[in-house]
Amino acid sequence: MIADLFSKIPHFVEALLGGALLGLSSAVLFHFNGRIAGIAGIFGGLTLPRGDVLWRAIFVLGLLAGGALLAIATPERFGSAVESRSVVIVAAGLLVGFGTRFGTGCTSGHGICGLSRFSFRSLVATLTFIGAGAATIVITRAFVGGAGGGAG
Amino acid sequence: MTATMKLVPVFIAGFLFALGLGIGGMLDPARVVGFLDFFGGWDPTLAFVMGGALVVNVVAYRISAARGAPMFGDAFHLPLKKQVTMPLVVGSILFGIGWSMAGYCPGPAITNLASGTGTAILFVLAMGGGSFLAGLAMRKLDL
Repeated sequence: MIADLFSKIPHFVEALLGGALLGLSSAVLFHFNGRIAGIAGIFGGLTLPRGDVLWRAIFVLGLLAGGALLAIATPERFGSAVESRSVVIVAAGLLVGFGTRFGTGCTSGHGICGLSRFSFRSLVATLTFIGAGAATIVITRAFVGGAGGGAG
Repeated sequence: MTATMKLVPVFIAGFLFALGLGIGGMLDPARVVGFLDFFGGWDPTLAFVMGGALVVNVVAYRISAARGAPMFGDAFHLPLKKQVTMPLVVGSILFGIGWSMAGYCPGPAITNLASGTGTAILFVLAMGGGSFLAGLAMRKLDL
């Protein structure tokens, strides 16, 4: 039923709305708690903690609660995996985990929060990770061929 | 205002974040990879999501910053570095590569755990491992 409601809205409006919610989320976290809603940083601070663990854990709980609601109400939002090979999933996870921490941010930290503050570092980071992703798909396709980045 | 009550906005922020990802289509890896697939069938959804987020956050950030301090704290926790550094670029390249391979970045990956799939769990475990290694590397390199 909820899916029906949303199907009445043009897709790009849905996307803008989703983005606005992300912006609202960041705004709430910053306004009340003074923290940047950069998921890589929040998660990273849980994997190799240097204090400040509790708020990170609570934020992640919020993510999971929201995810649970989505899983119940609109499970189709999760789509289906583009990659099924375990080796590739592990490699991707390692690269994302390492890269976002080493680069001090991800799509939310740099792409949303950093760009909102007109941070030049975040602009460079955002263009770099988008560019690297796009280039990877081009290169993978050149070697593997066919549609999709090697998912087969 | 107890310490527990101060965590309520944190939970709400996390909850809204997941909803934003879901409604914005960012939990669907095919949509994300579709955005990065510039020369294939390009899917602009991610651009609209980011646009919507920036419209809200550019304004909200300035309003909040003008207060001088967060509601529940002494100071804003903002990044200190201003210069573009090698780790920023190298990290971003590695992230971008991994992101395009499975269509997950940290937010959607963690939120996806709620769907309970093996892929989600495996990815987050690997992401945790990568993050941990980066933490070690940064300590070694004094970053």
